Amino acid sequence: MAHRVTLSESCQAVEAFERDTLEPLQAPAGMTAEDQRDIYRRMRLIREFDTAVKGLWKRDFIYGLAHSYVAAEAIAVGACAALERTDYITSTHRGHGHTIAKGGDPRRMMAELMGRVDGYCGGKGGSMHIAAVDMGMLGATGIVGSAMPIAVGAGLTAKTLDRPFVTVCFHGDGATNQGVWHESVNLAAVWNLPVIFLCENNQWAISLPYDQAAKNPTVSDRAQGYGIPGVTVDGFNPFAVYRAVKEAAERARSGGGPTLIEARFYRYVGHFVADDERYRDTDCNILWERFDPIGRMATYLAESGLATPEWVADADAAAKAAVDDAIEFAKASPEPSAETLWDGLFSPEFMREQGISL
Amino acid sequence: MRTPSAAAAAPHADVAEGAAPRVMTVKQAINETLREEMGRDPTIIILGCDVGIRGNPFGVTKGLYEEFGAGRVLDTPISEAAIIGTSLGAAATGLRPIAEILFSDWITIGMDQLVNQVAKIRYMFGGAINVPLVIRAPVGAGGGQAAQHSQSFESWFSHVPGLQVVMPATPRDVKGLLRTAIRSDDPVLFFEHKRGYEIKGEVPDGEYTIPFGKAEIARAGSDVTVVTVSVMRHKAMTVAAELSADGIECEVIDPRTIYPFDYAAVLASVAKTHRLVVVHEANRRSGIGGEIVSQVVERAFDQLAAPPVIVAGLDVPMPYNRSLEALVIPDEARIRDAVLAVTARRT
Repeated sequence: MAHRVTLSESCQAVEAFERDTLEPLQAPAGMTAEDQRDIYRRMRLIREFDTAVKGLWKRDFIYGLAHSYVAAEAIAVGACAALERTDYITSTHRGHGHTIAKGGDPRRMMAELMGRVDGYCGGKGGSMHIAAVDMGMLGATGIVGSAMPIAVGAGLTAKTLDRPFVTVCFHGDGATNQGVWHESVNLAAVWNLPVIFLCENNQWAISLPYDQAAKNPTVSDRAQGYGIPGVTVDGFNPFAVYRAVKEAAERARSGGGPTLIEARFYRYVGHFVADDERYRDTDCNILWERFDPIGRMATYLAESGLATPEWVADADAAAKAAVDDAIEFAKASPEPSAETLWDGLFSPEFMREQGISL
Repeated sequence: MRTPSAAAAAPHADVAEGAAPRVMTVKQAINETLREEMGRDPTIIILGCDVGIRGNPFGVTKGLYEEFGAGRVLDTPISEAAIIGTSLGAAATGLRPIAEILFSDWITIGMDQLVNQVAKIRYMFGGAINVPLVIRAPVGAGGGQAAQHSQSFESWFSHVPGLQVVMPATPRDVKGLLRTAIRSDDPVLFFEHKRGYEIKGEVPDGEYTIPFGKAEIARAGSDVTVVTVSVMRHKAMTVAAELSADGIECEVIDPRTIYPFDYAAVLASVAKTHRLVVVHEANRRSGIGGEIVSQVVERAFDQLAAPPVIVAGLDVPMPYNRSLEALVIPDEARIRDAVLAVTARRT
């Protein structure tokens, strides 16, 4: 039965993470200095974006719900750095990070969050359905676990049409207890599809800690049950995620089938913009904040001589400027007119045939 | 990642004039259409339980595995949510999947994928994704298959914006509508009646499509409009032939697609007959019959000379016992009584 996590339990969890999962930042062999700096830039852009979103939501510029990707930046950025432009990803309800990491345009993202015509979905989707299909980002979803089989389907396309792309299926630990998670992993495994199931284990299913939701709280152990490789990596570490995804992608492209990667970290911010976090002692969060992937990456860049403090300050300013620019763009974008209400319900040809309009 | 629109390349054309008809069963018509379309378009795949080596329990996909191979006719695990969701992912990235759910009752297992993803993904993403996906599933009762293998859920799915719902009753319509479904860039639920697979009929030669949202007047008549869903068409036609001998002329209208629905055809008929009976096998409560009647009442109340009557399944789970089952499914006697009731006050 569920119980409230105590501070001492949190301390133990942090110790276990440090002992079993935490990996020092070490760039993969062959990754250029510029690529490493780019990982920092992208992570910082996500952080700035989602930090701004919270403020915009509070000031009513953003209408609906928004779920932050803060603390998870290393996962999307590390994973997408290991992918090709033509690879696909599926997302979760925390889609901002995935969209930016896959190369999405912050302007069109912010416009979508504000429900404007220049948004990725023309204001029809909002935060929970943000998509950048042109970049291979197959969209966020508001239902936990529901993108699992969509990723499998993309994998089926690759196999059927003999295309070289892989699909990374981002999902949370909460998704692993949905039935469709199991159906999807099993199907991808038995059909040997080029899919990478990347579990962002933030240790919380909204208010329920993962070790109170699963008897075995190591997600990657489940891979064994489906006959595929499984690995747990440090989810605060972009290089660790990169290496795991790179290896899984190479295996998938060469016909080796799917992989389950568990990127373990901790959501030390609220579940969504208005979460009061009354289900936990927020002092526990502070224990985890020292693993902040952006702080770690800044330290790493400085210590390895790849960036000066000035470069980091400039990169931070550039990220803030990009988000400010996105906000201005979004505010200037028109609200969708009533005439657009039905657009996209069916294909344009069908809409014309059936005379569907206002 | 839009896929090219096959439907746009081949505009709808109803049956060509002068094409020589052949007689075949509904089952053969489905099989032949699948074969022809798969031969035409290499991006079409079939996936579902027992569709491959077994050729589907009704024999509908027989021979396709042998002809197109295991890579295009895929036997799946019993995972309905994954079958539907995987088909969506495949449709969004360049394939044209035809998923089969062994019995339509089990679509419920994949309901989240169907209702929250398949139906909405194009709209949610502002039109950025095509969903050329057909889900075929047998509906209906009559064979002692009891409560979990006998249902007709067309009203559930026509309620969900973003889904097309097709329920043909003749081999000719099955062929033309299945071809349209496969070439559609939007999701289609294609419901086949289990007791309709062996129904024979004439099918034109050649490649033809039948557009969605176009009803067929199965029999012209002046006294009462009888709108039928799926195989109820055949029962209504039997009743119409009998009543004709008594001087009552039924106009039997088969909408063929539940969404889009050809209200214009029904309204035109009611303007002539002033009387309406709707017949469907699905149980009555919140069924499509209620929607059809409400549309007619709202749009043509003044045309009605008698209250419309709905003949539908009874609001109970389908019982196993043969005689109890027969009580639930609308039969010719109930259709006949309904027609007589609406025509009783004829002047």
